[in-house]
Amino acid sequence: MADMAAHNAHHGQHDAFQHQFEDMEQQRDAGTFGMWVFLAQEIMFFGGIFGAYIVYRVLFHDAFEIGSNLLNVRFGAINTIVLIASSLTMAMAIHSAQAGKKGKTQVMYLLLTVLLGVIFLTLKFSFEWRTDYHEHLIPGFGFVIRNAWGGAGIHVPLFFCFYFFMTGLHALHMIIGIPIILVIAVMAWRNRFDEVYYAPLEMVGLYWHFVDIVWIFLFPLLYLVGGRYLSNGGQ
Amino acid sequence: MSGHVVPVKTYVLVFLALMVLTGLTTGVAFIDLHAWNTPAALAIAVVKMLLVVLFFMHVKYSPKLTKMVVVAGFFFLSLLVAFTLADELTRNWSPRALDWSTAASVTHSPR
Repeated sequence: MADMAAHNAHHGQHDAFQHQFEDMEQQRDAGTFGMWVFLAQEIMFFGGIFGAYIVYRVLFHDAFEIGSNLLNVRFGAINTIVLIASSLTMAMAIHSAQAGKKGKTQVMYLLLTVLLGVIFLTLKFSFEWRTDYHEHLIPGFGFVIRNAWGGAGIHVPLFFCFYFFMTGLHALHMIIGIPIILVIAVMAWRNRFDEVYYAPLEMVGLYWHFVDIVWIFLFPLLYLVGGRYLSNGGQ
Repeated sequence: MSGHVVPVKTYVLVFLALMVLTGLTTGVAFIDLHAWNTPAALAIAVVKMLLVVLFFMHVKYSPKLTKMVVVAGFFFLSLLVAFTLADELTRNWSPRALDWSTAASVTHSPR
């Protein structure tokens, strides 16, 4: 690395410049391209479970409406706001590097992003899932089919399987993302990023925004499209 | 030399638009639009996704190659959903045996 830095300095190039690229711009474009190929794979990864959700929603429409009505819209909406805010702070972390701000500014925005992510996960696990457990809504952990659900009741656990797998996979992506952001925050603290080189920041940003997009679809699909407008709660 | 820098004002405006759309989609869910509740919720989600992809993820300012990968990703997702539904939603279009035991006996009885 030291040789590379000396070589780059000799040729008037940035320290982080890799010699196989024409220039810094090509290096940046190649990185973004590679990250989007990974995200295209992630679209298909979540697409599988979204596709299954659509099919089973068509087959067991009433059971899915009953299940959706048992979720707390308030938690879902607050978490949507928290996660979108974390996307804004992530975008600001990259912006502060692009604008040539000091590493400390980048670190501040990254830590804000992590904080908002932790708030999201706390709400999800400690409040929502805990409530679901006490209300016997977790399949395999004492799920109770209520008489009020009628004939569709037997399929309500199916909705909750989708609910826990979809929100669980989404939360897993955040749990993976948070330590990555922290590692990159350490790099930012050491002033590794500036207006020319900020690739790791940009990459983790793309990942975090992708996780945000998944939630943007999970929120309406799980919480909202359950006949909320019916006074009796769609039952 | 550095990539396109999106102004802070744009980020804040996109964030505010996302907040308004979150409020809108939540509010609309409590109004009876008959068959249109689900399409409305999905349409708002797609608009929110586009805002995040184009501005937060800088795709609006990215090279064509990146844009192509993004479009390809969502194109293959639409294929997955479209062909799965084309199967699932049309299964009752052709006649079939009342139950599988009857179908089996019909198939095997001549032997």
